[in-house]
Amino acid sequence: MNKNFCRKNFFRRKAKKIRVLIAKPGLDGHDRGAKVVVRALRDAGMEVIYTGIRQTPEAIAGAAVQEGVDFVGLSCLSGAHNHLFARVVRLLRKKGAANIAVFAGGIIPAADIPGLKKAGIKEIFPPGASTRDITQWVLRTAQ
Amino acid sequence: MNSLIVRRILRGEVASAARLMRDLDDEIPSARAALRELYARAGRAHIIGITGPPGAGKSTLADRLVEAARKAGKAVGVVAVDPTSPFSGGAVLGDRIRMQRHATDEKVFIRSLAARGSVGGLSRSVFDTVTMLDAMGKDLIILETAGVGQDGVKVAGAAHTVLVVMSPGQGDDVQALKAGILEIGDIYVINKCDHKDSEQLARSLGLALEGAAPRDGWTTPILKTEALSGKGTAELLKVVYEHRRALDGAGAWERRSLNMARSAFMELLETGLRGFINEECEHGAECRKLFGALASRKTDPYSAAKTTLRKLLKKSPPAPLSKRGDNPSFRKGGRRGI
Ligand SMILES: Nc1nc2c(ncn2[C@@H]2O[C@H](COP(=O)(O)OP(=O)(O)O)[C@@H](O)[C@H]2O)c(=O)[nH]1
Ligand SMILES: [Mg+2]
Repeated sequence: MNKNFCRKNFFRRKAKKIRVLIAKPGLDGHDRGAKVVVRALRDAGMEVIYTGIRQTPEAIAGAAVQEGVDFVGLSCLSGAHNHLFARVVRLLRKKGAANIAVFAGGIIPAADIPGLKKAGIKEIFPPGASTRDITQWVLRTAQ
Repeated sequence: MNSLIVRRILRGEVASAARLMRDLDDEIPSARAALRELYARAGRAHIIGITGPPGAGKSTLADRLVEAARKAGKAVGVVAVDPTSPFSGGAVLGDRIRMQRHATDEKVFIRSLAARGSVGGLSRSVFDTVTMLDAMGKDLIILETAGVGQDGVKVAGAAHTVLVVMSPGQGDDVQALKAGILEIGDIYVINKCDHKDSEQLARSLGLALEGAAPRDGWTTPILKTEALSGKGTAELLKVVYEHRRALDGAGAWERRSLNMARSAFMELLETGLRGFINEECEHGAECRKLFGALASRKTDPYSAAKTTLRKLLKKSPPAPLSKRGDNPSFRKGGRRGI
């Protein structure tokens, strides 16, 4: 019998999955867009944790760290994004989870994008971005 | 002497613990060495299983139990399992949404897991995650699994106390009662008692449970809760503690712990064997020959399975077991091959 067979690891089934946490910081209560992204990522084979609306940066970072995710996706329509998004990134770093990549969507003026990127947001999807753009970016970045 | 990662976890570094859980879930072999160290330190937590049909209010109830336990100063872990989509392999893990207010509480660790194709939603990584939370010093660990029919029954092998949650307005409730779930509950919870049909459900459940013999010195009670408002949930936790005392009194705590260790072991053994068998039948030339013989009716499935099994059992063990030499009896089989 081939030796290769015996060398194989039978407890391993190519199990690595991408895990993403989707959260809505800020006070606006519209999460239809966020939920569409949740489903799109699920359909692309990812495990997606949704935390719901009106989350503080502290609660988002706490959840992301406990859940051991690869990505945090933030959506905000209330206009407070600059402060909230940057705070999530800072808290993740403080908690020893700088490896988690943060991306964002929502209503974000083009003028804010450079500042957000500088604050550590890896990618920003403008209102016109399709769910396909987002899934493709996550899949690409995960590699 | 513990390894660095284990020291970090025992020191309470959440990010390190979360990453090890992740590696175990992803079946990274090197993660198992750390788990072995943690396993030796676990075994103190009270593990509470919550099962019941989707939408019954299990997550909301878990949130309330966390609240009540935290008021009493306990450290709490939650493991919430949701199904994996058979089509995409992805999953939406939505239990945490009901418990998110505890996300900033340092004494609470909530972990969402996808079932990843395991039967009954209890994969090895569920046992591993519970072990880790236990080693990290959680007093209570709540294990939520959506149970429909036989699937829900498995949680009984992973918890000291099993809560079966039902709620009115979920269609044919007798259906839910039939499917083996009546035997596994230590405490039955009728949730959503703000609904008018809850009385009816409580009555039919009471009838179904009537005359059931006490087990481990414990007669299963039916409790009524409103998880959304919190009504009845502090009482529920009290009854959970009473159950623990009853188990202790009847000497059944050890028995349950042993049964849980056995379930985790069997799950691992079965997964390993299944992988071994699948691998053999996908790549082994012998098996392919056998399929031909079966299709042309030269042999029958019973005889074929019997001979194959006999040959397989003489083979070398799966690599992770033999390489680390942690199972000498396995190694003795040597590389005889078929
Ligand atoms: N009316 C009412 N709704 C409840 C109660 N408990 C939970 N719910 C709601 O039932 C739905 C399902 O709850 P969830 O905890 O997610 O159920 P699970 O699927 O069993 O985990 C949610 O919308 C909850 O808000 C309750 O006591 N009364
Ligand atoms: Mg749930």
